[in-house]
Amino acid sequence: MGRFNRLGNDLYNGHKSIDFIGRWKTWFAASAVIVLVALGGLFFRGLNLGIDFVGGTEYNVSLPAAKVTQDNADKLRDVVAGLGIKDAEQPVVTTSGNEAILVQTEPLTNAEIITVKKAIGDALHISADDVSQSSLGESWGKDVLNRAILGLIVFLIVVMLFIWAYFREWKMSVAAIVALAHDVLITVGIYALSGFEVSPATVTGILTILGFSLYDTVVVFDKVRENTHQGKAGSRTYADGANLAVNQTLVRSINTSIVALLPVAALLYVGVVQLGSGSLKDLALALFVGMIAGAYSSIFIATPLLVMLKKNDDDVEVVNRRAAARIRAADPYASVPSFAEGMPVFADPTTTALEQARQHIDPAKAQRPMTQDRLPKGFLKDQDELPDELDER
Amino acid sequence: MADVAAPKTAHPGRTLIIFFAGVAILFGLVAIGGTWKPALGLDLQGGQRITLRAKDNNVKTEAMAEAAKIINQRVNGSGVSEASVSTQGNTNIVVSIPGESNQKLVDIVQRQARLGFRLIACSSSVPGACGGAAAPKPDKTTTGIVHDGLAWRAAPPQAWIDKFNAATCPPAAEPDENADAPTNPMVACSTPVKGQAPEKYLLSPAVLEGKELSSATAQQGGQNSIAWEVGLKFKSDGAKKFAQISKSLFTNGREQFAMVLDGSVLSAPRMDSPSLSKDASITGSFSHAEAMSLATSLKFGALPVAFESDPKNETIGPSLAGNQLDAGIWAGIVGLLLVMLYCLLYYRGLGFVVIASLLAAGITTYGMVLLLAGAGFTLSLPGIAGLIVAVGITADSFIVFFERIRDEMREGKSMRVAVEAGWVRARNTCLAADAVSLSAAVVLYIFAIDEVRGFAFTLGLSTVIDLAIFFWFTKPAVSWLGRFHFFSDGHKLSGLGTDTLGLDAAAIKGGAV
Repeated sequence: MGRFNRLGNDLYNGHKSIDFIGRWKTWFAASAVIVLVALGGLFFRGLNLGIDFVGGTEYNVSLPAAKVTQDNADKLRDVVAGLGIKDAEQPVVTTSGNEAILVQTEPLTNAEIITVKKAIGDALHISADDVSQSSLGESWGKDVLNRAILGLIVFLIVVMLFIWAYFREWKMSVAAIVALAHDVLITVGIYALSGFEVSPATVTGILTILGFSLYDTVVVFDKVRENTHQGKAGSRTYADGANLAVNQTLVRSINTSIVALLPVAALLYVGVVQLGSGSLKDLALALFVGMIAGAYSSIFIATPLLVMLKKNDDDVEVVNRRAAARIRAADPYASVPSFAEGMPVFADPTTTALEQARQHIDPAKAQRPMTQDRLPKGFLKDQDELPDELDER
Repeated sequence: MADVAAPKTAHPGRTLIIFFAGVAILFGLVAIGGTWKPALGLDLQGGQRITLRAKDNNVKTEAMAEAAKIINQRVNGSGVSEASVSTQGNTNIVVSIPGESNQKLVDIVQRQARLGFRLIACSSSVPGACGGAAAPKPDKTTTGIVHDGLAWRAAPPQAWIDKFNAATCPPAAEPDENADAPTNPMVACSTPVKGQAPEKYLLSPAVLEGKELSSATAQQGGQNSIAWEVGLKFKSDGAKKFAQISKSLFTNGREQFAMVLDGSVLSAPRMDSPSLSKDASITGSFSHAEAMSLATSLKFGALPVAFESDPKNETIGPSLAGNQLDAGIWAGIVGLLLVMLYCLLYYRGLGFVVIASLLAAGITTYGMVLLLAGAGFTLSLPGIAGLIVAVGITADSFIVFFERIRDEMREGKSMRVAVEAGWVRARNTCLAADAVSLSAAVVLYIFAIDEVRGFAFTLGLSTVIDLAIFFWFTKPAVSWLGRFHFFSDGHKLSGLGTDTLGLDAAAIKGGAV
């Protein structure tokens, strides 16, 4: 953990910096590949819609009261799921009163229906004639779906307006929504590739992703705004400020992702490995993929995209010009070769107070113990940071 | 930076005490409710399954789908019960309701209703000839069903007039089940009102059906009026028909027309304007409650299919095997333990604040779930998973806060100043981010139905609890801990020592210069 802590400090003050903005081509290309794979999965494999969306067949298994037990229902669920019929992989089995067990599957062919009925009969030692079937309509018809989609559209509009109002920057809304689309596409695509059944739990999972992705983007953008705020930006260009923001929130992003993913990973493990079927794994898979995509896109997609969108904005040009001017004004030694390991350090009568301080930097030679608050401001910062600090003096 | 002077919370202890008092009150309310186990959803606990059979065997598929949609709105319209509604075969609608004793929902499903707007041919309040010369005539401007209705109303067949004369109000016998089929004329009585003699009507076939109404709301009238009225909105076809009806009836001396629900006349308003179409309102001396009740009946009472009056009602078992719930809960517990372990490793002393905050959030959430069970809120497996996942979002607030504190300390502030400065910034970030989550919850709750609505509710609940814990528990707890030297002096294990912040590393690095 110590190394991670040190990394946190280095990222914060810019000693270490990952060039998230400059290397946008790499990230965008990686995302493009993943999104293409996802789209391919969606297009060629398609989503495996569950009973709730496509309806199906209901088998009414008439039984004597003594046999209508939860154990028998569980047994039937395993038997039907184990038949190897794709559309019967996730049957819904419930006891009904004390005279029947109900088994529901997706629509099956006649041959498959006979197989299912025979399997049910064999499992409970009854005649297949005691199993009657009827067709079942979808409980998530167009209507429910349409209303959910309407809600989604309204939500996206509200969020775009909110981000625009909070950050006073519509381009942040656009970048956030693009990142959101990226996350949802990847999640849905990977879901299609996995072949897991789409249940209402999946829809719930994807909606959670929507919220999480936007939430994460807002947290990162909040720091971007702080760092690039006119007047506070100092010698940083907009792109530099944004990059520093991403670096500064990196530790938080990693921690949040780990904390959020641990329970989901546990759910996914139990759902896939231990249970093998049921809505637990549907939900967990959607969440697991979506949360990773959400954390990734806030850093690698949303912020670089924002910087690109804002490249030609007036306020960004002002910040950038000012940054350049400050660097020129504050660093008369710009032409002096920058410090390299082993280069001799010598006193120069014209050095500034800060430069003098730099020469006493060895804590062992200092007269008083070097504590953080006794050091001059900006003392620990890199050369890039200097003009900013000089400005404040 | 100059903007760090956050108002110091002078009494973090007091806020904590108030918070715990709030939690105690919450559980006091739960104790009054008397349930200590959350109500589980259909998938985990089972419930009741009601099968409605259509009276007619040849109902159109669209009509069944429409009826299923209306029943869905009825059972899910008022809350988050997560009932499921689907059609079965050609003639059945299956409604599954979680829980064993949710009689209220069962009643709502079983309430059968067919709403129609009809023209009044004869009325006991206007003695004399039925129909006749005074009646509005169909003309060029009227079409289709309205045209036929007006024609029928102008000259009702003698057989129907005899039926009308023979009928008594309230009716002596239960009316025939198909008496209110929309295509038939009917004799009907007004819905009984205390202190008023019931009125008797002879009515034309329905000229408008309930499904053509898009909404009905109780509202206070415009133009400086504070009287309650019921506002109606028609869909486009309905609006066209209603325009024709209003013109005919108004030009004929502001005639009445009848709204019939379940075979009795719910209301017989007078047509007060010639040019009504999409929007109309029923005025009268309504009380608020009367207006509300009429609006609800008009809005939800409009099933296009008549069902048998004795639906099959069975208890069904859970659709998920018991091991799913156990496995889900175990996975949740293991996941949370891992989260706690990670927080302790990374945040050391502050990790205990995370753990305490998560426990507080868990206890509050459990209390709210128990409290809301009374309002029909049930926990399905996805719901439970959603709550477990919400942990991540809750923990993020603390992570943002702690990272901010550390950042401030890296700027050279002391722990206690850094807490307040970090708080101001973390608070704004979390408020903005939670506002996004909350708007998602509110919008989805308003627009969606079914499971999505249940999800929206869970999301909103966990977001609000996140904010409450963050403001009233985590922040005061950290401020309070700042009074101990262990934290304020940056003990190695506090999570705030120079070592933990990585400052020593930086100093060494600087020393190389």
